[in-house]
Parts: sequence; C-alpha cells; structure tokens
Amino acid sequence: MTTPETELKALMLASQSGDAAAHRRLLERLSRHLRAYYKRKLASFGKGATEAEDLVQEALLAIHIQRHSYDPAELLTPWVHAIARYKLIDFLRRSRTSRADVPIDEADDIMANDDHVATENSYDIRRLIEKLPRNMQYAIGAVKLEGLSVAEAARRYRLSEPAIKVSIHRGLKALADLIAKEVKS
Amino acid sequence: MKTDELVTALSRHLEPVDRGLIRRTVGLAVAVAIIVAFSVMALWLGVRTDFVTAYAAAFLIAKLAFAVTVISIASVYLIRLSSPGGERGRPAFWAFVPFAATILLAAVSLGSAPSSHWNRMIVGDEWLECLLSIPVIAIVPFVVLVWAVRRAAPTNLVRAGAFTGLVAGGVSALAYALHCTDDSLPFIAVWYGGTILLCTIAGAVLGPRLLRW
Repeated sequence: MTTPETELKALMLASQSGDAAAHRRLLERLSRHLRAYYKRKLASFGKGATEAEDLVQEALLAIHIQRHSYDPAELLTPWVHAIARYKLIDFLRRSRTSRADVPIDEADDIMANDDHVATENSYDIRRLIEKLPRNMQYAIGAVKLEGLSVAEAARRYRLSEPAIKVSIHRGLKALADLIAKEVKS
Repeated sequence: MKTDELVTALSRHLEPVDRGLIRRTVGLAVAVAIIVAFSVMALWLGVRTDFVTAYAAAFLIAKLAFAVTVISIASVYLIRLSSPGGERGRPAFWAFVPFAATILLAAVSLGSAPSSHWNRMIVGDEWLECLLSIPVIAIVPFVVLVWAVRRAAPTNLVRAGAFTGLVAGGVSALAYALHCTDDSLPFIAVWYGGTILLCTIAGAVLGPRLLRW
C-alpha cells in the first residue's frame, strides 16, 4: 500500500504558497482520511458518525488556520496526525466521554483509510459565524461564503483590505473557539 | 454547513502563508521576556555594584553564560514544540547539557576546596533570596511566552508547558544574575539550576490548562 504522503505534501506546499485549487484538493482528501480516522476512534467511545463529522470540521478548520506551522523539511503525515489526535483528545475531554486514555496510535493511522460518506454534523458553522463580532462576520461572510474578493469586500464595508484579511484570520480562530464551546454543551 | 461547503469556503481567496511566523512570535516573546525580567530585577532588587573586581566579574559572566545557554537551547525546542507534532522523535537531550555541565564544574570546584568551605560555597549568603526571586521574576516572562505559544499550535501541552517554564526560568536567572552577589559554582548549580527546574515543573503542570487552542 502506498501512503498518500508524497501527493498530499505536494498539495500542502502549493497551498502554503497560496494555490487555492491545491488547498481545496488537500482539504477534500484530508477530510476523507480524517472521517475514517475519527469514525474508527470514536466507535470505541460509543460515539457515531455525527460526532465524527463534528471532529472532521474542527480538524479541517485547525489545519487551515495552522497551515503556516507545517515545516516543509518534515513529513506531512505526522503533522496532520498530531492535529487530528489533539482535536480528538480535546473533544473527549470536553464531552467528558471517558477518563480513559486514548490508545496510542501511529502517525500513519491517519492516512490508512478514507471515507467519503459525509453525514450531517451537530452544529452549523453558518449559524456560529453569526455570533462573531460584526467585522469578522462581514469579512468571512463576504469573502469565504459569498466568494467576493478581498478588495470587493473592503469596498462594500468601507474597510481597508488588510482589515478584511485580519478579520478573516481572527474570525476563523474565534470560530474554532466557538465550535469547541458548542461541542462541550 | 456540510463539510464540503466548509472546504469550499476555506479555499476561497487563499493567502500565501508566512512560514516564519511561529519562530518570530516566540523569538519576540523571548526578547520581551528578557526586557521585562531586567526591569523587574532593576526596580525591585537593584543591580550589584561590585562587579568591577575580576573575581566578581568572572562569576557574573559565568552566571550570564549559564542562563544564556539555557535560554538559547530551550527556545529552539520551544519553537519546535509550538508546531503540531513538534514533540515527535526528539528527545530533549540538549536541554539538560547546561545543567549537567554546571553540576560537573560545581563538583570540580568543591573537590578542589577544603570541605570546611563547602557549606559556604553551596548555601552562600542569599540562597533564600535566590530561591524566591528567580521564580517570582519568572512570572511575567512566563505569561508573555504563554501568549506566544498559544498563538501557535502545540500538540504536547505538558512538554510545551515545561519548555515555556524552562525559558522563563532561564530569562529570570539571567536578570537575577545581575543582582546576585553569591559567587561560587556550587551556588549556581544548586540555586540557579534548582529554581529553573522549579519553573520548568510549574510550566509542565500549567501547560495543559494555559496552552489549549
């Protein structure tokens, strides 16, 4: 079995240099691996596909926000696995599912399988975005959801382009925090 | 929002990333931590005024060299630990080297001195002040470093916390060295080494709470 390391790493490097199509392919591919990983891990805690999908979205958001932290001198698989496992442990702690330790797994576990059957998850990111401070909401809504360019969004809300970029960046981080709170309650 | 919609949304208008961001953020935090520690030391304790003698100057340099080595090595580890999976396959061997070297030099220095001097060499005049000052001066530097590491994505919070504490302790020892008038290698090994170790343990304990992202 060949691991997807080489292919995914090439996508990640392109994504880091701002290639949106590569970023999209990367996140699509990773979402399938993450789904298979979380379904398998959560099964032992009596959790199902909905929670697995929650975690897939949390991990994708984290991968997106933290993609600058990937060092091209290293393998990509352990980096993805570290984030996936961190989010799994954090989720189990928040939901107080179990005090038991998460079994140790190998980095390659994350790429072992893929699963393209996406289910509904429990929270709606669109609704959570509405809870963000107004500038972040506007910036993410215009650029990420409607697909306006940064310049168009800046004109619409009479903000500077850097302000829109910063609002998107901070907004996605704030969104990740909101998701974490949502999944706890 | 379905997962494929999220993927689409995140891929719109992608910006190139800044790969050096974590290194610069942590580096800046170390610099700010050093400035803060020096200010607290200067205002609270005051700088020693007797380092004009060669003997005092030699020990001042020894203390500064020890602290700078601890800070430099620990900062490199901390930068790595701030990225996902940065803890993987890297035993923190080098972080122990400055401590081991100082203990070795302290042992040699004790060995060459008459045993009647040992008590004075180890305990010094101000062991209690050192024991209290280094952890206290380390508090604000620790907060500054936590701020920086939290902006990144550490995945081993105990280890990242320990190294945050280690850098903070080293920074504090660096500042305290300018005040401290106990000039002996065993004193540095026991009280500087010991208090920095305390800061490291405190960091490891607090890490999982403070460094979550």
